[in-house]
Amino acid sequence: MPLLEVKNLKTYYYTLRGVVKAVDDVSFTLEKGEVLGLAGESGCGKSTVAWSLLGMPPSPGRIAGGHIYLHDDEAGETYDIANMAEEELRSKVRWRKISMVFQGAMNALTPVHRVGDQIAEPLILHAGMTKEEAMNRVVELLNMVGLDDTIAMRYPHELSGGQKQRVVIAMALALDPDIVIADEPTTALDVVVQAQILNLMKELQWKKKRSIILITHDLSIIAELADKVAIMYAGKIVEIGPSSEIFNNPQHPYTQLLLKAIPRLRGPIDKLAYIPGTPPDLMSPPPGCRFYPRCPYAMDVCMREEPEMVEVGKDHYVACWLHSKR
Amino acid sequence: MSAHMSPDTVLKVENLTVWFPLRRSIVDVIRRKPRRYVHAVDGIDFEIQRGETFCLVGESGCGKTTTGKAILRLVDIYAGHVYYKPAKETIAELEAMGVDVIDGEIVDIAAVPLKKMKPLRRELQMIYQDPFGSLNPRFKIKEILEEPLLVHGVGETPDEREEYVIKALESVKLIPPEDFMNRFPHQLSGGQRQRVAVARAMMLNPQLIVADEPVSMLDVSIRAEILELMMELKQSRNLTYVFITHDLAVARYICDRIAVMYLGKIVEIAKATELIENPLHPYTKALIAAIPEPDPSNKAKLREVPIKGEVPSAVLIPPGCRFHPRCLPYEAEKASLENLCPVHVPPLVEVEEDHYVACWLYDKVRQSAGL
Repeated sequence: MPLLEVKNLKTYYYTLRGVVKAVDDVSFTLEKGEVLGLAGESGCGKSTVAWSLLGMPPSPGRIAGGHIYLHDDEAGETYDIANMAEEELRSKVRWRKISMVFQGAMNALTPVHRVGDQIAEPLILHAGMTKEEAMNRVVELLNMVGLDDTIAMRYPHELSGGQKQRVVIAMALALDPDIVIADEPTTALDVVVQAQILNLMKELQWKKKRSIILITHDLSIIAELADKVAIMYAGKIVEIGPSSEIFNNPQHPYTQLLLKAIPRLRGPIDKLAYIPGTPPDLMSPPPGCRFYPRCPYAMDVCMREEPEMVEVGKDHYVACWLHSKR
Repeated sequence: MSAHMSPDTVLKVENLTVWFPLRRSIVDVIRRKPRRYVHAVDGIDFEIQRGETFCLVGESGCGKTTTGKAILRLVDIYAGHVYYKPAKETIAELEAMGVDVIDGEIVDIAAVPLKKMKPLRRELQMIYQDPFGSLNPRFKIKEILEEPLLVHGVGETPDEREEYVIKALESVKLIPPEDFMNRFPHQLSGGQRQRVAVARAMMLNPQLIVADEPVSMLDVSIRAEILELMMELKQSRNLTYVFITHDLAVARYICDRIAVMYLGKIVEIAKATELIENPLHPYTKALIAAIPEPDPSNKAKLREVPIKGEVPSAVLIPPGCRFHPRCLPYEAEKASLENLCPVHVPPLVEVEEDHYVACWLYDKVRQSAGL
């Protein structure tokens, strides 16, 4: 049984101008100790997936359908996050089972409290620790993310970007969750610091066999960490498979073009590819395949009918008419 | 030190220094503590050939954007010279205004009074990183593109100006132009907005364009499209680019030469491929080692980045080579380098053909300084 199973998840934003189908029928599984990379361009719904997994899509968003099954080994129970009461979510799932390093979280630390107190707060409120126990745990957490004890006494403005990002990661690890979601964990950082944070995440994952969902637009970062990769386009997963398959043997035209568009540091300098056009408006997505207006291989069937997910290799699925038997 | 420039050189920066003063507290004033400065750019030299794409690469806070702005005189220059060769007509205009022109063809942008910069601003343009912030949200695209024409008095009638605007939109492939002219920036996608920013920079037929991270806010799938457009325009209009980026991989695809900056100094300059394949400065080596690549075999190992510590503050710059506190080769051979790296500032010296580096590890650098 997988640790997390997302089935036909639909998260829609109910705006005054209409319904934005930000996440539309997304399914995937996550095993214990697995790192899933969720990649896609801005507006493809990847962050909305993350928020949905915590049961709190940002307003005016709501989970409109589907299931998010989370298996709890200790309690021997399976929860459905998509249909769970807020109170129960808060006491059983959020932060204890699934935590998140939010995008830009390092800039959301309170400037008026010491870093240590900020990490300790959930420990005292949620885990019922005394102040002393909490502070001991804070030191433990700081060491875990490669910071020394004195950082606990500092204020956020005294820390560098890399240190703040480490603090935020420590916060996500506070209650020792099974799954950590990291939404663009290195986007605002310089390359040297980014490499250090990625190394830290690798080490944390190797040591404790934690499951990680890594969300980013940068496929190079996904390659550094992920076992399994899901490529999202306009609210749907278009291709999912083992990391080596996605990078070395991509099957969906979108994935292929996306990989060709990444400037590389080594190897021959080919002409960089790009994908003409823009992603569709998610308020009224085109019928059929959502990628067909930009797809170089578009056929008649693509603009009429939506492609189903088909298995093209071991654990490697693609939603594209080029691979569907018709 | 002279304004002499070879015929192909269009811009020559000499000892360019930009310091931003920090505010002194009342206590500091009473104690007569000297004013402190952020050493954003701390004495750099380079030359750019006509038609070249010259890249400034470095991490945030290294002074690359400030250098770009200083070339356009958008920040106050503390010391140094920015020699530039304007077009003939501009020279005549500047001379008529009483600006010093060296050898009949060179002006020192750092010495031109701000009020007399206007003729030069036609030739020197900038493209900013953020196409969401750099376009006035209350202006229609037509008005955004018309603005530089109005400021510089180009095109006498509204119809004539509109013609220029249509041509500009066509040149950046926003077709048909009539569709875009009356829209507002928020009605365009990020890529389209950046095209408008490019078109705006091209309105007055500039010579030199400073492009500050023009694609880093855009999605990967459309970055190449904007870069290609910029390169096409460069070809057809014989432009020179100063391209500022933090991304060495992007730099490799479009730049002729790359200068790596660290804490306000240039540490290495070389041809793009040479710099990436054969980096000499320890900082460049670390920067290259840190860049992730879309290769899933990286998963199994930690990425080794040969650097320690963090970037120091630009107010309290380490003495000697400013990189020495983070430098691993220095640490390994501390005994032999102890009275060099932390004491003397290394000059930028050509150690291989067209490959300049500022590091005491290289014999030629030591010889040139007589140390």
